[in-house]
Amino acid sequence: MSAQKDSCISSLIFLLFCACSIPRSGSASLQQEPSPQHYFSGLEAGRASLAFFTPSVSPGGQPFLEQIESSAEALQDYGISVVKVDCPKEDLSRYCGKENALRKAFLFRGSRLIREFPTDALFDVNSIVANVLFALLFNEVKYIETLADFENIENVLKGKSNMVFAYVPATGTAEHRAVMEAAFVYGTIHQFVLTTEAALLKATSPEDPDVSSAWLLFCHCQRATEPAQPCRRTALAQPLTLLNIHRHLKLMGAPLVTEVAEDPEKISTVHLQLGLPLVFILSQKETYEADRRTAEFVAWQLLGKAGVALLSRDLVDLNVLHRSNIALKTPDEGMPIQYLVLEDTDEVITLVEDKNKVKQIQEDEQEEEEDEDEKESNNQDIQDDQVVEAVSRDKKRELPLEQILVLTEENFHSSLSEAAQTVVLFYASWEAVSLAVLRSYSEVAAHLKGTPGVLLSRVNCWDWTGLCSQENVTQFPTLRIYKEGQQSVTYGGMWGTEELSSFILLSQVSCPLKLATMDEAEGYLRGEFPSELSSHHHTSLLGVFSTATSEAREAFEEAGNILSGHVRMGMYFEDDALALSQKYSVSPPALLLARSGGRSVEGIALSKHSVQDMVQMIRYELLDVFPEITVPNLPQYLQLRKPFLILFSAGDISQMESKEMLKLAKRRPQQEFVACWLNLKKTPVGHGILRTYFPTTPSLPVLLWVKLQAGGQVFKFPSEQPITEVNILSWLEKLQAGLEIPSSTLSEEDWKPPLPAYDFLQMMEHSMAELSPQPRDTPAEQPPNSPRGDTATQEEPSQESRAEEVGSPGRDLRGTAPRLAARDKQGKRHSEL
Amino acid sequence: LGLALYASSLCAMSGATFLYHDYCVIGAGPAGLQAAYFLQQAGRDYVVFERSHAPGSFFALYPRHRKLISINKQYTGKSNSEFNLRHDWNSLLSHDRRLLFRRYSRDFFPSADTMVRYLEDFASLLKLQIQYNTAIIHVTLEKNEQAWNGHYFILTDQDRKNYKCSSLLVAAGTWVPNVVNFPGSEYVEGYETVSINPEDFAGQTVLILGRGNSAFETAENILGVTNFIHMVSRSRVRLSWATHYVGDLRAINNGLLDTYQLKSLDGLLEGDLEDLAIVKDKKGKLHITLRFYLENRNISAGIDSITLPQDELDNFATRAPYDRVIRCLGWKFDFSIYNRSLRMMPGKGNIKKYPQIKPSYESRGTRGLFVLGTASHSVDFRKSAGGFIHGFRYTTRAVHRLLENRHHGVPWPSTVYPITQLTNSIIKRVNEASGLYQMFSVLADIILLRENATAFEYLEEYPVGVLAELEMQTGRKAHNGLFVIIMEYGRNFSGADKDVFYYNRAVGEAQHAWQSNFLHPVIYYYKRLPTEREMRLRPPEWPLPQPDAIHHIVEDFLTDWTAPNAHILPLRRFLENCLGTDLRNFFAESCFLFAFTHQKLPPSCQQGYVRMQGLVGSQELRHHAVQAGLLQDYTHMDFLGDRPPDSHHGSQEQLRDHGIPVRPLQHLVNAKDE
Repeated sequence: MSAQKDSCISSLIFLLFCACSIPRSGSASLQQEPSPQHYFSGLEAGRASLAFFTPSVSPGGQPFLEQIESSAEALQDYGISVVKVDCPKEDLSRYCGKENALRKAFLFRGSRLIREFPTDALFDVNSIVANVLFALLFNEVKYIETLADFENIENVLKGKSNMVFAYVPATGTAEHRAVMEAAFVYGTIHQFVLTTEAALLKATSPEDPDVSSAWLLFCHCQRATEPAQPCRRTALAQPLTLLNIHRHLKLMGAPLVTEVAEDPEKISTVHLQLGLPLVFILSQKETYEADRRTAEFVAWQLLGKAGVALLSRDLVDLNVLHRSNIALKTPDEGMPIQYLVLEDTDEVITLVEDKNKVKQIQEDEQEEEEDEDEKESNNQDIQDDQVVEAVSRDKKRELPLEQILVLTEENFHSSLSEAAQTVVLFYASWEAVSLAVLRSYSEVAAHLKGTPGVLLSRVNCWDWTGLCSQENVTQFPTLRIYKEGQQSVTYGGMWGTEELSSFILLSQVSCPLKLATMDEAEGYLRGEFPSELSSHHHTSLLGVFSTATSEAREAFEEAGNILSGHVRMGMYFEDDALALSQKYSVSPPALLLARSGGRSVEGIALSKHSVQDMVQMIRYELLDVFPEITVPNLPQYLQLRKPFLILFSAGDISQMESKEMLKLAKRRPQQEFVACWLNLKKTPVGHGILRTYFPTTPSLPVLLWVKLQAGGQVFKFPSEQPITEVNILSWLEKLQAGLEIPSSTLSEEDWKPPLPAYDFLQMMEHSMAELSPQPRDTPAEQPPNSPRGDTATQEEPSQESRAEEVGSPGRDLRGTAPRLAARDKQGKRHSEL
Repeated sequence: LGLALYASSLCAMSGATFLYHDYCVIGAGPAGLQAAYFLQQAGRDYVVFERSHAPGSFFALYPRHRKLISINKQYTGKSNSEFNLRHDWNSLLSHDRRLLFRRYSRDFFPSADTMVRYLEDFASLLKLQIQYNTAIIHVTLEKNEQAWNGHYFILTDQDRKNYKCSSLLVAAGTWVPNVVNFPGSEYVEGYETVSINPEDFAGQTVLILGRGNSAFETAENILGVTNFIHMVSRSRVRLSWATHYVGDLRAINNGLLDTYQLKSLDGLLEGDLEDLAIVKDKKGKLHITLRFYLENRNISAGIDSITLPQDELDNFATRAPYDRVIRCLGWKFDFSIYNRSLRMMPGKGNIKKYPQIKPSYESRGTRGLFVLGTASHSVDFRKSAGGFIHGFRYTTRAVHRLLENRHHGVPWPSTVYPITQLTNSIIKRVNEASGLYQMFSVLADIILLRENATAFEYLEEYPVGVLAELEMQTGRKAHNGLFVIIMEYGRNFSGADKDVFYYNRAVGEAQHAWQSNFLHPVIYYYKRLPTEREMRLRPPEWPLPQPDAIHHIVEDFLTDWTAPNAHILPLRRFLENCLGTDLRNFFAESCFLFAFTHQKLPPSCQQGYVRMQGLVGSQELRHHAVQAGLLQDYTHMDFLGDRPPDSHHGSQEQLRDHGIPVRPLQHLVNAKDE
């Protein structure tokens, strides 16, 4: 937004400088002349100056002198110098001698007097600038009093040029000044007409106008080639300021409809530069004429609000829906172009106006946000880390940690040797994540209380830093299981109570577990053996190997080490292994997968024998075909890096939906997507997802296609269609063909720092002057306090002022923008007075 | 003599019967033993030469009054061994927990005899290679292109035996007493030999030259039995609690300040010892006069002909005669044994007692010669603790690490962490690290960022003076920016003439942390490694050049920087803004939401949740987070309604829910159905 404003301002400045090519004298804004003779002898022909005469022995500061002095700078921009002429005591000439002349200011062009101003007409900077310019632009700006005058001028201008008509409630106001300043720049291009008559305002404005506020109309008389044709009029909707008038005139001057034959992404017009949207009418060769008329019609409606461009689809290869007929490009950078299918022109207009409204609202919000930002920058010290805050809010609660043995440097090794299996949580007592896990760990302890052979313990690495570094614990928290005579196993799963308990339980039995008899193997698949795990209802995995397949068996054992604690793995390699596997119609080496308590056993032949492949394959096989997505299991499916076809359901999904979805999921063994469902009752955070996708929660169940990776589009399955395999497939096909419009897109935003940090460097520099004279790039030979360094800093501002003096149109304009802004502000302040 | 020695060493060289070692260490004092320990641990070929029959021979004699002024804290209320080293100024570093000084003495200020015993145990328990009774009397160079440094060091002992080494570590300490010569200095007794029996001073008037701890220690011993003691030196007294320098006068020795200020006859004077002269009268009393008076006189004419200051100025301060004058002026490095080719030059100004070395502790004159221990104090003289056991035990380790990288291709030890551990790893170190704490503003922890700031490498206790050479000295790469973590006192807080007890001397607010006065952690951020020129041109009083960003962790009364809001939160914000990322932790549920609503995930979700290590969090914790407005509770959602629950409005802002913009056009297309 501010960038647009900048470009706007700088282009305005550019114009200003083009217009006033008159060289400016001196940098001091107010000139002083010792005597009238001196003043008149120095006047250049054609150069305007505003002079006022004061007795050299001043009878005390006249109030208007201050105003004149402050307007000097503003007038200088228009090549008008402001001169204070001292009257020597003895001087009794025309300007100095008379008493009343001292209460007046005189405007000269060259040495010719143009106008005398009584000082009460020059009450502030606005009035001085407005009146002086008004006097100078006598020919360019016509002052009218009746509607007849207005119509006369219109008729004269028809077919020749356009008219800018302004109503100001009074002369000498800020609005008057703005109009005059605009006239100074545009006076040669458009005919400026000014009035203070309320009757004229009422006659030209459509509704009941407010006579106390200024009003500006642009009359397109140049286009009215026939005398009978009226001039179209476009009013300025914003308040009358120089910036707004300039913007308005620029927009009016732009071509009504731009014809483009280029990628809309690359197009930029004056509208976009001024922060207005650009509407593209997508045209085809066959309908070109009609489209052009539509475009012109729309353009007149949107004049001043948006630009209209006519884009021939035949010339540009657009990768959009064929049905689309309108495209909307907004000035916000990074916003993609929207392609739409609209039915009539009203829709286009509402679209733009709504957009503007939305933008207005957004701007308001932004302002609010900015306010909040300001507030928030004071809120830097307010905790915004949910984990840290939650833990510190919970710190007064005493944790039930009696079940958990405290290990120290002294007793660590002795304790490990005492129990067959020791679970150790390494944590730091000051670290929030550690403490959060410690809470779950205490729940695990309560859960597993009385389980034989399990010893839970903890080491506070803040107390025993040596022990932790000895045990190579570099991150907090770390959970390890130490078993006598074996390498310790580090936990790498979710830090939830359930997951931790399951890991500890599964780690009790070796992985893979060697099964000795056929009975054991069958019991294992039913989930009854070993008894320690009978309470554990997870998929069991049994590797069956003939004595000949030792290579596969070794890989399987190695995979077991890696998956230890996460997967229930058994293996069987007795003589009758063949018989066991053939029961499930595979031959060894093979995997038997018993899901949900052995009700279904699946046989998979093992073809790959590398450990990595086997681990990957086991992980893959353990995934469900049509899973219910939950917070803990999502990462497993995320790793497949595929789009999600996800059914959001208020509770359990119905039999029918489940059956259809399952059919779909099973269609091909290697699906390109993850078919899954989400139970909003069990995973309430799903509401948050839906709320982000849709402005209103759609009726449930709702089936969505979410491209989590590339593009991040979200598509919604039409709610009126029943969820059946056939419907979904045809929808997916349409979707793939690009015939569907996404309901939403996942935010692409980066995760930036939520709030700024304290800028100590700046604070230090402010307070300690000795820091600043040490820029990084001082040449080595030059001692830091050398005089050269000093002159360099002095040189800078003088260069700047020189640049301003030059004032040629080619120079960098950016530097002057703040100056204009500053003056604008000043103007505002004066008008408020 | 020098020539003769040189000739003899040449002879020995031609004989080519050298005992060779990769590393030679001169001196088996604390620094020599510490260096030996690290060399031994690394399995290097080294030998330590000790002129005495046992280690720590300096401590066998000094301090004369046997009380060490380095603290030996038994209890800190903490069991963190690294933290406790911050308050153990006597132990050397080792893996052996038996070798902690508090197991040797229960005294807060232990006896020097205990130090000798400790050093003996350190050498024997760790089986360090020490050759006793070997005084190195000459060191020279032998050019050889094959050698590590282009030359070998040839060491000659008192028996003309020669040793050849690739690298020489000088840990010889400063043991040559400083002596001033002025007329009458022959009447002055030295600290080395003066009686330590107070009885010998009974009823005497004593003048002490010098104003260091040895001078005050000597005064303290005899304060009760003398008539009075006067103490004279060039500079004003520097109190260690005002200067924050442990080498200045410690409160334990400052009894004389008390008696001076309470007008109990003892006193302090300032004056240049070079201008002094002492004359002895017939009764054996010593009179102070000025060299100036003596120069015009014939001294042989006897005491009566000499002008004393009181003859002209009858209230001259030291007009009373003294019975004894004692010199306590400290020690200097023994430069005499080094051949000129080694260019072992004394430092300039107040560090002339030390040899000139670089901030890497390598000699300025000779490559491959490193100075360790007290003699290396020129790097941080009157600043940090590099001249004392509790400081140089760490700088010695740093030198060892530099050598390991230089000669054995072992890069500086480092640990690589995911970026989510950044705040934690800094907080852990600033709270416990002892090297950072003792060697404040000299040793620094360095964090080297990996590409895209997804991971970082942590290097401990690197000498900050050679930051520009980091890549070369450590064998680690610093292409993607770095953080430097050091400890600092407030810039204008310490000084001999500063009032360190003024009101509001401590800062409590995190936002004013940069004004902290007491020792506190400071983190410098550089987008690229500072160059040597930038190091040279750094602002005065700055340990480092101006960084791209800086963060001070506010000083803490307990030196416990683990407060979530005052210490950790501002640090996190600083790190986040340097890296341009969001380092907050998120519960698994938040990550789940982000995974479905954002194309990118915050690092905590990326490196935790997505790798199946999400933080599920207990029910209570999630409840607290909801109450804090940092987590949204969706359990009580109205299923059909779509009104946005106002109560959660705040939470969205706090979390800055990067929501997807609503697309009103959708309705346009769907609603119209002609």
